[in-house]
Amino acid sequence: MALEAKNIYFRYGRNQPWILEDRSLSVERGERLAVFAPSGYGKTTLAMILAGYLKPTRGEVLLDGHRLPQKGICPVQLICQHPEKAINPRWKLKRVLEESGLLREDMLAAFGIEQAWLNRFPRELSGGELQRFCVARALMSGADYLICDEISTMLDVITQAQIWNVVLDEAAKRNMGMIVVTHNSHLVERLATRILELC
Amino acid sequence: MKQKAETLLEIHDLSVSFRMYGHGFSQTELQVISDLHLTVYPGEIVAVAGSSGSGKSLLASAILGILPGNAAVRGHLHYKGEELGQKRQRKLRGTEIALVPQSVAFLDPLMKVGVQTDGHRRPRPTEKRRQLFRRFGLPEETERMYPFQLSGGMARRVLVSTALLADAKLVIADEPTPGMSLAQSLEALKMFREMADEGKAVILITHDIDLAVEFADRVAVFYAGTTVETAPAADFKSGVEALRHPYSKALWKALPQNGFQPITGFQPYAGSLPKGCLFAPRCPHRTPECEREVPPVREVRGGEVRCYHGA
Repeated sequence: MALEAKNIYFRYGRNQPWILEDRSLSVERGERLAVFAPSGYGKTTLAMILAGYLKPTRGEVLLDGHRLPQKGICPVQLICQHPEKAINPRWKLKRVLEESGLLREDMLAAFGIEQAWLNRFPRELSGGELQRFCVARALMSGADYLICDEISTMLDVITQAQIWNVVLDEAAKRNMGMIVVTHNSHLVERLATRILELC
Repeated sequence: MKQKAETLLEIHDLSVSFRMYGHGFSQTELQVISDLHLTVYPGEIVAVAGSSGSGKSLLASAILGILPGNAAVRGHLHYKGEELGQKRQRKLRGTEIALVPQSVAFLDPLMKVGVQTDGHRRPRPTEKRRQLFRRFGLPEETERMYPFQLSGGMARRVLVSTALLADAKLVIADEPTPGMSLAQSLEALKMFREMADEGKAVILITHDIDLAVEFADRVAVFYAGTTVETAPAADFKSGVEALRHPYSKALWKALPQNGFQPITGFQPYAGSLPKGCLFAPRCPHRTPECEREVPPVREVRGGEVRCYHGA
C-alpha cells in the first residue's frame, strides 16, 4: 500500500533542460514525508506528476502497484501553492466545493469558512481565505493521499496552525499518506515523519 | 503639523468599503478596513503582520490607488507631508512608490520575463536587471523564459526585481518571500534593508514574522481591518512578555517554533463585526467594557496598542 514514483524524468520540450532527472520516492499510508529542496529544483513539478496533472517524460507513478485512475476523482489530491490559480475564477465558491463531492458542514466549521463566502466569487476573497477552500476541497473528496505544496505560506501563523491541526487530525483518522513541500524548517519538524532532500 | 513634514507616509483613520449588490437592486456596504493608522518614516522597514484577510493587501492597493471601482476610501493619506489623492497616486506609482504584488499571477503570461521586468523604462535597464537576477541566483536563461516555466520561488524573485528596478522611495512588498528558500528570502530582505539604509522606506507585508523582525524596525499587527498594535521589532524577538496586544501574543505562540498552538475561533467576517473591540470574542482577558466600545489607541512602553488592558 504505497504511492510510488519510479525513475521520473521530466522536461517541457526536447530542447529544454531536464527539470527532474531519475527521481524516485515512495510514501506509505499513515506516513508524512517532507520534501526539502531549494527553489527551482522541481518540487512543484514532482507534486504535479504524483497527482496526475503532468505526465512524466520517462518513468511512472504507481498507486498500490497500479497506474493512477484516469476517470473520477483522483485518490491522490494535490493542494497547490497558489490558490488563486487553482480555483475556477468564474465559479462561485459553493460550486467549487461541491465539485469534490458532499459538502461537509463539520469541515466548513473546522476551517472557519463563513456561509457568506459560499456565494462570493474567488476574486472577492483573500489568498488565505481561498486556500482554506482548496484544503477543504481536497479533504472532502475522500482522497487516500494528500500532496501539500507550500500550502500555508500565504496564511497567518494562527490560521496556519489551525489548518494544519485539522489536516493532521483528518489524515490520522483516515490513515492518509501525505507529502509536504515547504521551506519552513520549523514546520517540517512539527509535521513530518520522514524527510527527503532533493539536491 | 511638524510631524507630517518628517514622515514619508502617514495614514490616518483610513476606511475602505466595498459596495455590493444584495437582492435585486439593493446595495450593501461591506467595510473591510476601519480606522487604520500607520506611519512610515524614511530609512525604516515597517513589517505588517496579521491575520489572513485582515486587509493587508487592500491597504497596499489603497496607497497605490488601484482598488476596484466598487471600493470607497475614506480617511487621510499623506505622502511626504502632502495629501495623496488619485491624481498624485497615478503619477507616483511605479516610479516613487513601487509594489511587489502578492500573486505571481501578476506576471504577464505572454511576455518573456526579461523584457517584462524592464517594463516601459527607456533606455532599458537591462544591465542593472541582470545584476539583480544574478544577485538573486536566477540562472541566466531565466530572462528568456515565460512565466509558466518558472517555479514559484523564481517568479517571486522576478517580482521583487521589478520593484527594486524602479528605484522607488517607498516599496510596498506584499508577501515577497513565499516559495523562496531561506537563503533567498534572507537575500531579498537584505536588499530591502540596504534600500532603507539609503533613506528609502519599505512596507513589508508578511507572515514570516520570525524573518521579518530580523530586518524590520517596527512591526504593525493587523486584525480584522485595523491595526491592533505597533511595536518595535525587538519586542517580537524578546518574546511574548514584551508584546502588548493579546492578538500579537497569540500570533507569537502559534509560530511552529514557539508551540504551534492556535487560539480558538476565527477572525470576524467583515459583514458581521462585533460592536466593541474586534478581538473581544476570542480574547482571554475580555471584560464587559471591551464589548461595549472600540478601545482607543494608547501608547504603552514605546509602542501603540488598541486595547483597554494591554500592558
